[in-house]
Amino acid sequence: MHVPDGFINVATAAGAGVVAVSGLGASLRRTGRDLSERQIPFAGLTAAFIFAVQMLNFPVAAGTSGHLLGGSLAAILLGPWLGALAVAVVVFMQALMFADGGIVALGLNVLNMALVTALVGWGVFRSVMRVLPRRSSAVMIASMLAGATSVVASSLSFVFQYAIGGEGGAPLQSVFQAMVGVHSLIGIGEGVITAVAVGAVLAVRPDLVKGVSDLQLPRLATAPSRKSILAFVTGGLAIALALVFLVAPLASGAPDGLERVAIDNGFIESAQEHPLGGPLADYSVSGIENEQTGAVLAGAIGVGATFVAGLIAATILRRRRSA
Amino acid sequence: MSGGHAHALHFHGHSPIHRLPAAVKLVGLLAFVLAVVATPAGAVWAFSGYTVILMVLLVLSEVPARFFLTRLAIDLPFIAFALLLPFVGEGPRVELGPFAVSAAGLLGAWNLIAKATLSAGASVLLAATTEVPDILAGLSRLRVPAVLVAIASFMIRYLEVVAGEFRRTRIAMAARGYKPRSALDWKPVAVSAGALFIRSFERGERVYQAMLARGYDGNWRTGAHEPITRSQWLAGLLPGIVAATIMLASRLL
Repeated sequence: MHVPDGFINVATAAGAGVVAVSGLGASLRRTGRDLSERQIPFAGLTAAFIFAVQMLNFPVAAGTSGHLLGGSLAAILLGPWLGALAVAVVVFMQALMFADGGIVALGLNVLNMALVTALVGWGVFRSVMRVLPRRSSAVMIASMLAGATSVVASSLSFVFQYAIGGEGGAPLQSVFQAMVGVHSLIGIGEGVITAVAVGAVLAVRPDLVKGVSDLQLPRLATAPSRKSILAFVTGGLAIALALVFLVAPLASGAPDGLERVAIDNGFIESAQEHPLGGPLADYSVSGIENEQTGAVLAGAIGVGATFVAGLIAATILRRRRSA
Repeated sequence: MSGGHAHALHFHGHSPIHRLPAAVKLVGLLAFVLAVVATPAGAVWAFSGYTVILMVLLVLSEVPARFFLTRLAIDLPFIAFALLLPFVGEGPRVELGPFAVSAAGLLGAWNLIAKATLSAGASVLLAATTEVPDILAGLSRLRVPAVLVAIASFMIRYLEVVAGEFRRTRIAMAARGYKPRSALDWKPVAVSAGALFIRSFERGERVYQAMLARGYDGNWRTGAHEPITRSQWLAGLLPGIVAATIMLASRLL
């Protein structure tokens, strides 16, 4: 997920930098208001933990590299603003100390991995908690969903940046499929780890979980049961496929939009709207339903293929370990 | 994950580049990388120019080439991806040996490899010649908000705590006969990740209390900053300025 320098053009990276800096500024202002001195070491510890978790790193075919992100974990423990700051620090230090992720691309990486994951993760967590009964099992479910959604949102944010200023030369369609497909699978792992880590903290030190600080939860010391995690993995796969069915038609509009820009500069504004999904209605009216079905099929095949590839990779790893 | 991996990229030395203030090096790195990324992919001569700059800096820094190159291996996954581009790219085809590959993809691959490698090389050089506390001091000197610098310093302290707890957990699991067999064997992994977090936190809390007991009050005492002289700024920014000149020439020609 760490975008290297040169993958996205300077103008887009600079634009993302402006968004990232204002996002961090807003986070700083929001945390400054109610930051106790004890929270900074806790933020540092969360950052260190995420740093360690992110070192489980493997390359993704048509994107950069894939690993757990940790943004939703940080948000649930620290709140969205301090959580975003903690992950942003991780991204900064990785670029400066380990050359992981570009320097000019810092804005892109902070945006994708810190701001999007923390804010989306927090939003999902709080919305799910609002709907579910206030039990600690609800916290597990909410954390799983938050973790999974935040990773997919992060990969979508990257695909969006690639659509605007990608320099790789790979077709947007395959970047979309690889990124969102693979990250739907990573999202399952992210959801499980997030839920288990939140569950562990909740069982021992419920005072440290910002996401439930205002909810009256009966104290319950449990990690998620085997059944609930199995249900989550199945559900996650279903959601990954559903996502492809819902989102792939939107992405199929984007290359069209870009091509149109090349032909006629007057269409720049409408082309930029496409990846956001605004003009979906227009598209179904103008009758390219065949193309959409094609994109959906391709996306579904993409997710299936990445899942199989993941299984094969896991099997090979297992063989090598036991050998 | 050995205990000292926060300094994995550092190479101890006393070269002129080691001695430059971290703030100057950070600005210089940003200028150099900006110039590299803004260069059109077709300007091969410009990229050779950047390579020469980087090699001169490497020699000046007295960092062994082997040390530098092994640290640059972080770039390898991207290169593997870039090598795929000519085959998946769209548009007109060109002959390349036995294959007909996409011209746009070929250019994209070259673009990505050249820019990512040069930028990563510059970052590796910074990390090799600058100690982590100096990077933090440099960031705070460049007016990075104090909260961010404080989180970063705690993160670096706690990395060792997390790594230590991780090692102990692994040993405890091995002592009880557990051998991780599969990446899909998620339950022990997930549960120990949760336990790792709690154990690290409780140790981290004790570290923090020990810091408070020794007079920590939220400020890092790094000693007075020596003022950065004009010649230090000039020396640090020179590679960036040369690179920016090459970049401008490549865009105008």
